[in-house]
Amino acid sequence: MKLGLFSSKNKKIIKDPLMGENPISIHVLGICSALAITTKIDTAIVMTIAVVAVLSISNTVISLLRNNIPNKVRIIIQMSVVASLVIIIDQILMAYMYDMSKLLGVFLGLIITNCIVLGRAEAFAMQNSPGKAFLDGIGNGLGYGTILIAVAFFREMFGFGSIYGAQIISDQMYLSGYENNGLMILSPGAFFILGLIVWAHRSYTKVIDKE
Amino acid sequence: MQHYINIIINSVFIENILLVYFLGMCSFLSISKKVETSIGLGFAVIFVLSITAPANWAINEYFLADGALAWAGLGELNLDFLQYIVFISVIAAMVQLVEMFMDRFSPSLYVNLGIFLPLITVNCSILGTSLFLVEREYGLVESTVYGFGSGLGFFLAIVSLATIRKRMRYSNVPPALRGVGMAMLLTGLISMAFLGFSGISL
Repeated sequence: MKLGLFSSKNKKIIKDPLMGENPISIHVLGICSALAITTKIDTAIVMTIAVVAVLSISNTVISLLRNNIPNKVRIIIQMSVVASLVIIIDQILMAYMYDMSKLLGVFLGLIITNCIVLGRAEAFAMQNSPGKAFLDGIGNGLGYGTILIAVAFFREMFGFGSIYGAQIISDQMYLSGYENNGLMILSPGAFFILGLIVWAHRSYTKVIDKE
Repeated sequence: MQHYINIIINSVFIENILLVYFLGMCSFLSISKKVETSIGLGFAVIFVLSITAPANWAINEYFLADGALAWAGLGELNLDFLQYIVFISVIAAMVQLVEMFMDRFSPSLYVNLGIFLPLITVNCSILGTSLFLVEREYGLVESTVYGFGSGLGFFLAIVSLATIRKRMRYSNVPPALRGVGMAMLLTGLISMAFLGFSGISL
């Protein structure tokens, strides 16, 4: 039986990672880049697009190759697929969005070691057909992006007093003594915001760690 | 000499690879539940970083950088776009080599560190260190020292988090915050404490 693109089963593949199976807040994958490039919303959006692209294509390619990959060397094959895709994205960014690629710097290259990409390749793409693997890639990429943009939203709002580059704190406020919170731009701010988001998300989805 | 000590102090305290650049967070959060295992992983990271940093430096210097192939008569070639794929392959190969050597010459060490080695290939801090040392244009000795220092910084951070998490067992944390959420907040506090080191140099 052939399933349509938007059958309920396929919708579930995309929807699950956005909420109940979120890669960052539930499975704790891909935290590295979630923290480093979230001082502003625009970098977070570019990073999300890059991860969605890499994840969906790598999932599809690995799923196509899944019957030909010897079990012993599968990690290194998955790595080379992902690394080649990241190189392509990096070159595209350098050609068309040079300033953004300077801002992302080494963190774009670190998509290679982003646990989400390898995790989905291992857990999903190796067992499923290319079509499903592609949807799973998009779903997980978006689930990752949601958290990324949420963290960036709070850090930019408190750290720079702006949202997506538009100032939201009026000059009047600054004159009457309001100051941007410098801690939000530094690394501890990222840890606090992400910790609080994980807390909120987990109390909503009722996922609880045994510890 | 002072220059090298400065690089170590800088990479351990001021620009800690984990607390400031957030690299290696995945294994940092999942392995820090027990103090013993976190010490094991910490040593394995120090070990692998001190080997891969100079190896990747040499490969970048003599093969990949702009004009690096001049010794082969190909001076106009610039292969630096290959950095990612070459670095990650070198790291994977190095980890495999270390694993084999350890298994052959020191079985006891292999039993203790062996299980962490495959994890290290996908640890962002290893690839991140290699990319940083290219960006900062370090030399051979500087790269080795920087690799060692980054490993030491990772070790310090993961062991301190593991010990704090051990103490957390006695406190009453809200259910949804248990585990990762709390570890994040604790890391934030450690990171804030480390901010106090900024500006220190010999």
